[in-house]
Amino acid sequence: MSEDKNDAKNDGVITCDACPVLCRIREGKTGACSRYGNVEGMLTRTDPLVVTQQISNENGDLVPFLPDAKDGKQLEWDGSLNFQSPSFVTGIGATTTYPDYKPAPFIVSSEHHGADMVTVVSEGVFSYCGVKVKIDTDRYIGPEAAPVRVKGEQVGHVTTAEYGSQMLALGGVHHLTGGSKKEGNATCQAMLALCNKHAVEMTIDGGATLTVEAGKPPVIDGNIEERMRVGCGSATIGMFALQWHGHADEVIVVDDHITGVLSEHQSGKFLDMPPAGIRVRGRRSTAGRYFQVADPGAGWGGTDITEPLSIIESIDPKTAWSGMRLLMVSTTGEDHAYFVLDDDLKPVAVEMPAELAVSVDRIAENCEPALSTVLFMGGAGGSLRAGVTVNPVLLTRSVRELRTRVTCGGAPVYVWPGGGITVMVDVLRMPDNSFGYVPTPALVAPIEFSMPRDEFVALGGYEDHIKPLADVLREGGLHGVQPLAWEGNNPWPLAERRALEDV
Amino acid sequence: MSSPQVALLPDGRRLHLQHGPIDLVIEAFGTREEVGAAYRQARDRFQTVLSELMAELPELRRLVPADWSPEGVIAARMVRAVRPHTEEFVTPMAAVAGSVADEVMSTMVQGRNIAKAYINNSGDIAVYLTPGETLRLGIVSELFNPTAGGTADIAFEQPVRGIATSGWQGRSLSFGIADAVTVLAKSAAAADVAATLIANAVNADHPTIDRMPASSLDDDTDLGDRLVTVAVGDLDMTTINAALDAGAIVAQRIETAGNIVAAALFLRGEKRVVGVTSVAAFVTGA
Repeated sequence: MSEDKNDAKNDGVITCDACPVLCRIREGKTGACSRYGNVEGMLTRTDPLVVTQQISNENGDLVPFLPDAKDGKQLEWDGSLNFQSPSFVTGIGATTTYPDYKPAPFIVSSEHHGADMVTVVSEGVFSYCGVKVKIDTDRYIGPEAAPVRVKGEQVGHVTTAEYGSQMLALGGVHHLTGGSKKEGNATCQAMLALCNKHAVEMTIDGGATLTVEAGKPPVIDGNIEERMRVGCGSATIGMFALQWHGHADEVIVVDDHITGVLSEHQSGKFLDMPPAGIRVRGRRSTAGRYFQVADPGAGWGGTDITEPLSIIESIDPKTAWSGMRLLMVSTTGEDHAYFVLDDDLKPVAVEMPAELAVSVDRIAENCEPALSTVLFMGGAGGSLRAGVTVNPVLLTRSVRELRTRVTCGGAPVYVWPGGGITVMVDVLRMPDNSFGYVPTPALVAPIEFSMPRDEFVALGGYEDHIKPLADVLREGGLHGVQPLAWEGNNPWPLAERRALEDV
Repeated sequence: MSSPQVALLPDGRRLHLQHGPIDLVIEAFGTREEVGAAYRQARDRFQTVLSELMAELPELRRLVPADWSPEGVIAARMVRAVRPHTEEFVTPMAAVAGSVADEVMSTMVQGRNIAKAYINNSGDIAVYLTPGETLRLGIVSELFNPTAGGTADIAFEQPVRGIATSGWQGRSLSFGIADAVTVLAKSAAAADVAATLIANAVNADHPTIDRMPASSLDDDTDLGDRLVTVAVGDLDMTTINAALDAGAIVAQRIETAGNIVAAALFLRGEKRVVGVTSVAAFVTGA
């Protein structure tokens, strides 16, 4: 099958010459057989077995097998299968074997730095699984335990909040199979979309409407949350007080939760700052910390304040002085104003001195982009383990005792302590479209177990089903082999385990 | 260019023949020698099936002129299957899957001592039976929950030798909104066409139904710019019943004309069955 013919575009239509039908396939569609599709103008096998390859070595160079271009420039990887590159066969497209006591679809042997390694590869069918979502925001999105709904069906709930984040617990066997079919389907499709890195719109009873997409800023009630605030007004003062000291006589950090006033704050007291006499509105909590100064909105740092001086209730003439320097800043560092009090003790806006600008920029720098994070969490069921060994509990022990490494689509996972093999994986570390579903409903996810060959035999592994890597690359799965570049940040699964922390 | 793929499935019983969009799962019942010989006959017949069709594809994608006789035997089956339906817009392509199944079946069993057999062409099924034999069929009413639905026992005495299922979410484009229409007929080709036509007729207007010109989805479609279903949202019972009733009228007309034995129409948990007297004898749980 020639590459040139298939890349020839005509209104984005390519001709597939895999069989005599010669389908003309539009962008985003498949041919009559559904085995080939037009993906961005390239003829692509659908549902192939995904093999990830280390195309770049540690220094980021291409491995020597690929010839260099004549002018010495680095070649782009053309996406073809490179038999010399270290390869990892993922479970994506591996399918499953049923009944489960049969050996897993692929038991692959390969060499890594002279060690004989075996990787057992399968697509696990998970009815017992869920998704944990972390949303980087301090905004109130709903009460704890409130139902989270997609298309009106409950798919999970709001769980306990974390630092700078709201947390959702979605999925689980009860929503998948314990409720109505509608609820199960909605739950399955929502989890599938989240795990495959797509956006999902959800509503929280008594709370907000959210759009969640892994790795993207969350959208809450129509507003895109761009930044995680470095802290509330009080925390910001605690962090930056020393950097303001000597350059301003008063700093007010505006926030919709707690607004901080430096001179009144513990930080200001430690620095022996004299009282400034500026009274902000709202309700005082403890020294220098005020509630209800501002509400959430589209103004300063996510508050509804557009005119900063509007939060000042009064300036005490007995305490304040002419020439007093006042800095007002939001907890995101993006909004700021600098004033000097005139002889009538009125704040007059002037240009901020350079020293203060540095600290204000630093506040902004410390505000990380707000993201939604999606972790797939599932348990490798007893039957899936039976595809590895005649005695499944030996696999569980091997995993717990760190002799076997578990990955999902090649991505590192966190294995929960305790019984079973329950894993959590960041879906962004996995190749695109790693997840599928079956009509139970249940999610289908790739899972791989890598261990030294001796270990595989010792835990009762199916020795006569081991196939050398080269053979697997040649034959591929039902539909061929799809090479993908290794996700640089993911540790190589076949490397030796060194420590407990070496996930 | 690929060649026809021939393999025994991992269960060691069924034969898988695949070439381009044609995907046949075949099982024959009899002695090992007879089944083996039958499978070889099926394999040999299969080698040229796709190229035979390709030779006349442009004509098969158009409405059949009354006097046209195709060259190929499979094409001839397709044309025979659509000829009775002159009042509808339907090209011979609506019968392609069933016709291929019928043709391979007739070659496979020729001169062989086979008790019964089926050829499943991606849901369009040809059946072969001998006296005293019965084949049990599972009927799927919902794509997303394929364990639901009923079963049908097809015995030699009954006239059914072909089964086909059509729905807008399947391989082919549909004008209608049925989840599934399953048809029992005297040949797979006849069942194939009827399932398509009845599924097209299971239809109603509703704001949550999205339709697009067939040509915008498939450059090679035989449906031209006619609108096909691409999405169906939540439907109320009135709409569901109206759609099923419309489909049942067409099914009844086709059954009365003797072109099908029975049809089961499924939409959002509701169903209609036509050809009740024949079907009631052997459909359970549907």
